Amino acid sequence: MRKHIAAAGVAALAVTALAGCGTSASGDDGEDTGTTLTVFAAASLKGSFEDLAEQFEASHGGVDVRLSFAGSSDLVAQIQQGAPADVFASADTANMDKLVADDLVAAPQDFATNTLEIAVPPGNPAGVHTLADLADPDLALVLCAPEVPCGAASAKVEEAAGLDLQPVSEEQSVTDVLGKVTAGEADAGLVYVTDVAAAGDDVEGVELPESAGAVNTYPIAPVADATQADLAQEFVDLVLSDDGQQTLAGFGFAGP
Amino acid sequence: MRVSTGESAVGLPRWAFVPAAMGGLFVLLPLVAMATRVDWSSYWSLITSESARAALLLSLQTSAASTVVCLVLGVPMSLVLARCRFPGIDLLRSLVMVPLVLPPVVGGIALLYTFGRRGLLGETLQVAGVQIAFSTAAVVLAQTFVALPFLVTSLEGALRTAGARYEAVAASLGARPTTVLRRVTLPLVWPGLLSGAVLSFARALGEFGATITFAGSLQGVTRTLPLEIYLQRETDPDAAVALSLLLVVVAVLVIAATRQGRPGRGLL
Amino acid sequence: MTLSFAATLPVRGFDVELDVAEGRTLALLGPNGAGKSTTLGLVAGTLRPHDGEIALDGRTLARADGGRARAWVPPHARQVALLAQEPLLFPHLSVRQNVAFGPRSQGARRRAADAAADRRLADVGLAHLADRAPSSLSGGQAQRVAVARALAAAPRLLLLDEPMAALDVDVTPELRQTLQRLLAGQTAVITTHDVLDALLLADEVAVIEDGRVVERGPTAQVLSRPRSAFAARIAGLNLLTGTWTGAGVRTAGGEVAHGHAPGDGLVDGAPATAVFRPAAVAVYLEEQHGSPRNTFRATVRSLEPRGDLVRVRTDRLAADVTPQAVAELALVPGARVWLSVKAAEVDVYPA
Repeated sequence: MRKHIAAAGVAALAVTALAGCGTSASGDDGEDTGTTLTVFAAASLKGSFEDLAEQFEASHGGVDVRLSFAGSSDLVAQIQQGAPADVFASADTANMDKLVADDLVAAPQDFATNTLEIAVPPGNPAGVHTLADLADPDLALVLCAPEVPCGAASAKVEEAAGLDLQPVSEEQSVTDVLGKVTAGEADAGLVYVTDVAAAGDDVEGVELPESAGAVNTYPIAPVADATQADLAQEFVDLVLSDDGQQTLAGFGFAGP
Repeated sequence: MRVSTGESAVGLPRWAFVPAAMGGLFVLLPLVAMATRVDWSSYWSLITSESARAALLLSLQTSAASTVVCLVLGVPMSLVLARCRFPGIDLLRSLVMVPLVLPPVVGGIALLYTFGRRGLLGETLQVAGVQIAFSTAAVVLAQTFVALPFLVTSLEGALRTAGARYEAVAASLGARPTTVLRRVTLPLVWPGLLSGAVLSFARALGEFGATITFAGSLQGVTRTLPLEIYLQRETDPDAAVALSLLLVVVAVLVIAATRQGRPGRGLL
Repeated sequence: MTLSFAATLPVRGFDVELDVAEGRTLALLGPNGAGKSTTLGLVAGTLRPHDGEIALDGRTLARADGGRARAWVPPHARQVALLAQEPLLFPHLSVRQNVAFGPRSQGARRRAADAAADRRLADVGLAHLADRAPSSLSGGQAQRVAVARALAAAPRLLLLDEPMAALDVDVTPELRQTLQRLLAGQTAVITTHDVLDALLLADEVAVIEDGRVVERGPTAQVLSRPRSAFAARIAGLNLLTGTWTGAGVRTAGGEVAHGHAPGDGLVDGAPATAVFRPAAVAVYLEEQHGSPRNTFRATVRSLEPRGDLVRVRTDRLAADVTPQAVAELALVPGARVWLSVKAAEVDVYPA
């Protein structure tokens, strides 16, 4: 008897689950064909692109935007290996160019720029006010490694100012740099303006006039042979539109 | 399947070979796949670049140091866990195994909260003039943290199996506890001790998450080979693959070398 | 080197007092679980007493009262060597290194220790095996090396825990002779099930049952005039206890065993013991009358071959009869029989 009850229970669960699979995730207007748009974006675009995705879903009923954030080079590698992305937004042109060279994307367009800013723990315990202060050998300075976009920008700024910075660590990503600053392990770090804005009270920002010398340009492009080619182009259009640009500015990005 | 004459594998059903082969392939095929991707023409230059050599040297040095620390701390820990009985010892044994389950990055964060500038012990150490974060010592700490459970499990198991009868005899012959440890206990569990040390070394060599979170990444100071590989992936995937293969080869050599040196005694 | 021992371990129901004079060997006899190994463990230091004091040559090894330890000397400092049933030779050391272990642990230099080891090995007749690995030795050889190793440590007291138990029967006589030679002058305690061990190796015997000493005395005396059931069994004798009636021993069951008593000593009503050999017992299917004989009712429990006789075990007594008698009487477990023994064969003495 118990076995039958158990079997019936399992069957009931299975039916419910299968029924659940059939509906679209955002289906509040009852359309029964759910479309997914897959967007690969650099990690520094997290907040802004989540916002843009909501706007896109609101204006395109029945469409579910699936976002994947990671380091730009990781995303490039995945797309090269055939990951199902429809749109790619990179943190620098160098990574986008790799895909252009492989004919994996349509013509990219620049949609935002980001500049560097010095991040210090609240209260600025080491008293950092200028770029030159970062060259102090007793300062626990953390930078991005030159191999990542923010690190390349940092290297440019360093060279342009004729300084020799001695970091205690060269991190893999901007997130890690910020993490060391907020934890109090580092006295200062070079991160993006958008990162300082997003961190809120956890860090203080020190403006860097020299940052104009190393501007990171963010390009966006629909991926070639995407499943949702039309939707992809529409998403790119949204990002480039006034609404999109306003959203990005709200997060600290500057125009292209 | 040919077996050496005179022996027959009793208790090994035929069907067991299938999943065994699958398991073996599962481990070997990714290594083979990696090897096929390597750009062999530039292999030598890729692995002898300045950053690669610095990373390899640092990895070997820190892993060796971590293994020594693991032995110094782990052998007494194993002895206590295997021979003592007091309330709470089972809990202690489980806690010691926690680094095995913890994601390495979480381990790194925990170490940061302990030894970092604002950490539990970090503040006291700062006052004493000892700076641990961002130093090679931090790398050794991170590696020891993740590798210690390997040594303790391996050795504690061996000690329990060996039992304490020989130690009792040795004591009755007049040997002081340290002498018993040196001349009876450790020689009897030598194979377990050795395999534990090799496991610890291998784990330390491959350690990434805790190192990058706690120690940071700076060439020659804290950028071990795994960190270097991860960094190279950003700009030079060929270099990353080449270095990965190098790491695999080093690990295999270490394991093979210690297996060779094992005495073939009938005890274990 | 005298051993004085008095200890209790309530959790094991253990309460034993005994002592061993210098140079003498004491045999501990008793059924399994009686407390023989516990005694050795307490002397060696692998067990802690709840109450009592254990002293060797005037030096306290352990003292406790009410579960609290008052004095404690760790095993390695007691100079008490333990020889177990298994030789437990260190597998990673050679025979010579094994025997030299004791001297070296006590601070001797390698060469002096090796020389001492060689001498000890010669004592047990195994000097030619000095460089071998323990795994290549036979059981008897390994046990002899273990003896050499224990003696090389120059212990004040040697403990042997059933040293012959794990060996083949044909090897034990040789080891027994070796031990007899080596134990002369050494204070030792040996636990055993084998009466031959007791007879050949021990000067005195103590019988332990249920954690208590029930009999104590020189070997020959205890084994020829046992006062406890276990001692009687190990000596291969039948035993009945009761009170002296002037003519015999009246048991609790009301039977009387008539026997010859020692000239002096036995008072009417005093506790007395009667022993007689199984070979002196005759088995009948019906009650016998006639010349003064002791007859007892019994039920057969088991039959054991004993050389060319069969030992018929009943609930209390044993009788040795020929196989033909067994067949003629149709003796099987459960059969009711009458046992009879001449009064002249029954030895009576105070309990």
